[in-house]
Amino acid sequence: MAVINTIRAIGHRVVNAVWRIGVAARFFFLTLVYSGNSFRRFHLIVKELFSTGVMSLIIIIVAGLFVGMVLGLQGYETLKRYGSESALGVMVALGLVRELGPVMAALLFASRAGSAMTAEIGLMKATEQISAMEMMAVNPIARIVAPRFWAGVISMPLLAAMFSAVGIFGGYLVGVVNIGVDEGSFWSQMQAAVDFRQDIMNGVIKSLVFGTVVTLIALFEGFDAPPTAEGVSGATTRTVVTSSLAILMLDFVLTAIMFRGA
Amino acid sequence: MSSNALVEIRDLNFTYDKRPVLQGINMTFPKGKLVAIMGLSGCGKTTLLRHVGGALKPTRGYVRMDGQVMHELDQDGLYAMRRKMGMLFQFGALFTDMSVYDNVAFQMREHTDLPEDIIHSLVMMKLNAVGLRGAQNMMPSELSGGMARRVALARTVALDPMLIMYDEPFAGLDPISMTVIGDLIRRLNDALGATSIIVTHDIQESLKIVDYVYFMANGVIVAEGTPDELRASDKDFVHQFVHGEMDGPVPFHYPGVDYRQDLNLQA
Repeated sequence: MAVINTIRAIGHRVVNAVWRIGVAARFFFLTLVYSGNSFRRFHLIVKELFSTGVMSLIIIIVAGLFVGMVLGLQGYETLKRYGSESALGVMVALGLVRELGPVMAALLFASRAGSAMTAEIGLMKATEQISAMEMMAVNPIARIVAPRFWAGVISMPLLAAMFSAVGIFGGYLVGVVNIGVDEGSFWSQMQAAVDFRQDIMNGVIKSLVFGTVVTLIALFEGFDAPPTAEGVSGATTRTVVTSSLAILMLDFVLTAIMFRGA
Repeated sequence: MSSNALVEIRDLNFTYDKRPVLQGINMTFPKGKLVAIMGLSGCGKTTLLRHVGGALKPTRGYVRMDGQVMHELDQDGLYAMRRKMGMLFQFGALFTDMSVYDNVAFQMREHTDLPEDIIHSLVMMKLNAVGLRGAQNMMPSELSGGMARRVALARTVALDPMLIMYDEPFAGLDPISMTVIGDLIRRLNDALGATSIIVTHDIQESLKIVDYVYFMANGVIVAEGTPDELRASDKDFVHQFVHGEMDGPVPFHYPGVDYRQDLNLQA
């Protein structure tokens, strides 16, 4: 009997998980279908760009600066062993634009903007604001979800670019200003080694994918949250955990596709 | 459908999770009238209101509004019908990221192409009707419960709906706010020539303003009539409800095992 109950519990969980994936896919499809209104009334996206993008700037800039400084320090120590200190600029820049910029910015975006989106929409649901909108014949996916989704997709690559730029400046501060690596080599080797299509564009594609996934998870969790304090709290936690895992897994997949053999 | 009725409910049944919530409900809401649906918490009042709004599909029976069966409408048809309705939610459900002004202007901006100066005049008229023109720039978090309910009322009637639904409009209000909201509900209904449905368990305030009352218990209608008829009713349930008596057909104790058994005493 215990075995049957265990199998039944596992089956129940699997069915639930598959069902939830199906609901999330339908949610994503509806978000795309109802996006037209957001572009016709672009001010709705601009308003969300401010709360998701602009309000995330401080954390992105501060984190980017420190990550870049650490990269400068660690990179210098490693490169010095091989007498290649002048390649510090290349190492910092490639590390940031290919990997750390998109990944770290997406993780920070998930914790800062993603959790806020989930909590906001979850609370809108709990306080019947979404039901009120439905009763006013206004589609909440078109009015609430779609503008936030596109704001997330647009702001993610910009935040990742900002993270990488500030990170490179952090690496410059430590490597050139503090340690004394030659400034000319730092910048010129970076310019020569970083390829626009192979490195920068691939980084941008990564951050676009991360932005889509993180924003979608955040919006879905908020929309699907049980309308209680506990429900909203659980949904917010799930947003951060699921987004973080999705970012790291997708990063591996994308890196394998983009850079294998490059 | 009777030509005088805006909304008709016939043999409405709704089952949730194998539990019957509504059973064989028949109601008529004549045009221009204010009708209350009363009953204890959990008796199915709000579920009934959600059927009228087309948010739920009945297991059997139908709700017909303005000649259309609600659960047979597709999404476009449902949204077209909802533009003729307004609903006041229990705690207002104001959009917390918008000012009072923007809350009232919301539907006008979403559903009409009116220029902003006309919208301004309309919003001022609606806010003036609920006495809160001076609060136009305040945010929902700055309003008291009564003020929030009045703003929500202004938003509900923003597009002059033919049907206005109120879900517990008196819940959590002080006596003065309660009287103000009750008076506004009656005056707005008459001024707009609308039909109103009030779901409430606040008997005293409701009987002052409504034209007709349906009493519900356990998903069925147990009594109906005008306020005067109900005040004079000798039905046990109505008497207990109207006079707020602690015990009666609605027992004080939730059903459970024998008390002595719970106290581990021998019978």
